[in-house]
Amino acid sequence: MSIDKKMLEAKAADVRVDIIKAVHAAASGHPGGSLSAADIITYLYFSEMKVDPKNPQMEGRDRLVLSKGHAAPAVYAALAEKGFFPKEELLKLRHIGAILQGHPDRKNIPGIEMSTGSLGQGFSVAVGMALANKIDGSDSRVFAVLGDGELQEGLIWEAAMSAGHYGLDSIVAFVDWNGLQIDGKNEDVITVTPIDEKFRSFGWDVQSIDGHDFDQIEAAVRHAESNPGKPHVIIAKTVKGKGVSFMEDQAGWHGKAPDDEQAEQAVKELGGEW
Amino acid sequence: MADKIATRKAYGEALAELGAKYPEMVVMDADLSKSTMTAEFKKVYPERFFNAGIAENNMMGMAAGLALSGKKVFVSTFAMFAAGRAYEVIRNSMGYPHIGVKICATHAGVTVGEDGASHQCIEDLALMRVIPGMVVVNPADAVSTKKLLAQVAETEDPTYVRLGRYSVPVIYGEDADIQLGKGNCVRDGKDCTVIATGIMVNEALLAAEELAKEGVEVRVIDMHTIKPIDREIIIKAAKETGAIVTAEEHSVIGGLGSAVAEVVAQEMPVKMKMVGVQDRFGQSGKPAELMAEYNITAADIVKAVKAL
Repeated sequence: MSIDKKMLEAKAADVRVDIIKAVHAAASGHPGGSLSAADIITYLYFSEMKVDPKNPQMEGRDRLVLSKGHAAPAVYAALAEKGFFPKEELLKLRHIGAILQGHPDRKNIPGIEMSTGSLGQGFSVAVGMALANKIDGSDSRVFAVLGDGELQEGLIWEAAMSAGHYGLDSIVAFVDWNGLQIDGKNEDVITVTPIDEKFRSFGWDVQSIDGHDFDQIEAAVRHAESNPGKPHVIIAKTVKGKGVSFMEDQAGWHGKAPDDEQAEQAVKELGGEW
Repeated sequence: MADKIATRKAYGEALAELGAKYPEMVVMDADLSKSTMTAEFKKVYPERFFNAGIAENNMMGMAAGLALSGKKVFVSTFAMFAAGRAYEVIRNSMGYPHIGVKICATHAGVTVGEDGASHQCIEDLALMRVIPGMVVVNPADAVSTKKLLAQVAETEDPTYVRLGRYSVPVIYGEDADIQLGKGNCVRDGKDCTVIATGIMVNEALLAAEELAKEGVEVRVIDMHTIKPIDREIIIKAAKETGAIVTAEEHSVIGGLGSAVAEVVAQEMPVKMKMVGVQDRFGQSGKPAELMAEYNITAADIVKAVKAL
């Protein structure tokens, strides 16, 4: 089955516009890492995962755990676009009483599988889900989206070691490798590379791709599917702030909301309506 | 003399029994299965036992993932490495998302003994009870451990169960009525109430015996559920006996004494004394020696009652 690239590109543009609008409405949040992961998340929700917006708890569904929980706006935008909850909720992001919390909250947001935000933990939980799949002989899959800075958490490697040990092949982890974290470049904060060799030595099947190329994302997931026996990691090279000229590759846009003028420019650059 | 059994031993037996009742039950440990007694479960259900290795944080995260996928999950390690080391994973990946993993932590308190302060967790009740929605249980003996675990297994709440290494007398008969969330009056009296938890319930009973010889009638309550705490039984004790001593093998900061004081101070202020570890770390020694050194014996409870 070939992917519908036109559809995915259009959906990804919508997701990016919604990220900007939501973060702008919240007047806080994390646009940079949401935009870098937007294509991966769009691909998973619109072309890959078995999920049902009308029945978020559907038996046998695929699950996505956003271990880099600060990229919540990207997942929220995709879930709203899929129909898990009304799109109006996006503009209430981070407001008192809203379902859309600053970081994912499984208790109140349809489609959110796990509350995340404290880095490293979502990955560990996703590995637990993959172990459950193995126990049950289930063909459900667990997709985890990790940040590159997040790889500095020791818990990531505890989880990686367990997944390798138990041969949990139902997990497919994406590393959103945009190279930047709050204090600057990964290599200036704490070096995380080589990411591929690290995962390989923990018993993982490793692939490296361009995280903004839908053909490559799809091919990597197909490869994972046809190579059982090991957990899978897809190291996706991305651009932080992707799609918004003044945000691209700028660590400063990790956790800052655009003002009115910036938001308008960003939305227009992304082909949206302001 | 009553039989002496460590609550961790009762835990191992309970796990093997519960495994038969719940086919979806899985148990995890962090390389301490022979000490925590989860090995008893592994013996019967090796396919449902998973070792996380010496990686307690990941064990907690994986347990949450297993539970979200429909498993009834029990995890064990020493109290220090569960409530202590893995605190924030428990808080954010079990407490906040309210995932019903059962954390059964053994080797709590100073009666760990010779291993010393690094392994003697005297802060776990405080750390666990401050997490919203977390149920906290500290059984007094082998019989109540099994009865409480059977009830804990039924709930959907994240739960911390505190168990000990040291063998302690069996207080309850097999027919005892023990209800999760309800304090248990194990001896009645009108002059003062001792509210105790865990291995201190037995010390409280010994203290009450001593005091009775001097004509002081002490009520003894086994507060096996620290959270949600049984407010009614505390208020009733305050009203009817006018004074309360708490007894715990834990820091007096944040544990049972604090939990009782929170109720007493707001609902029915009466004089209180707290028997427990007084803002100190533990040290190596034999359990009985340590209980004496840290003033958590029946004699210390007697002293506290007399001082009221």
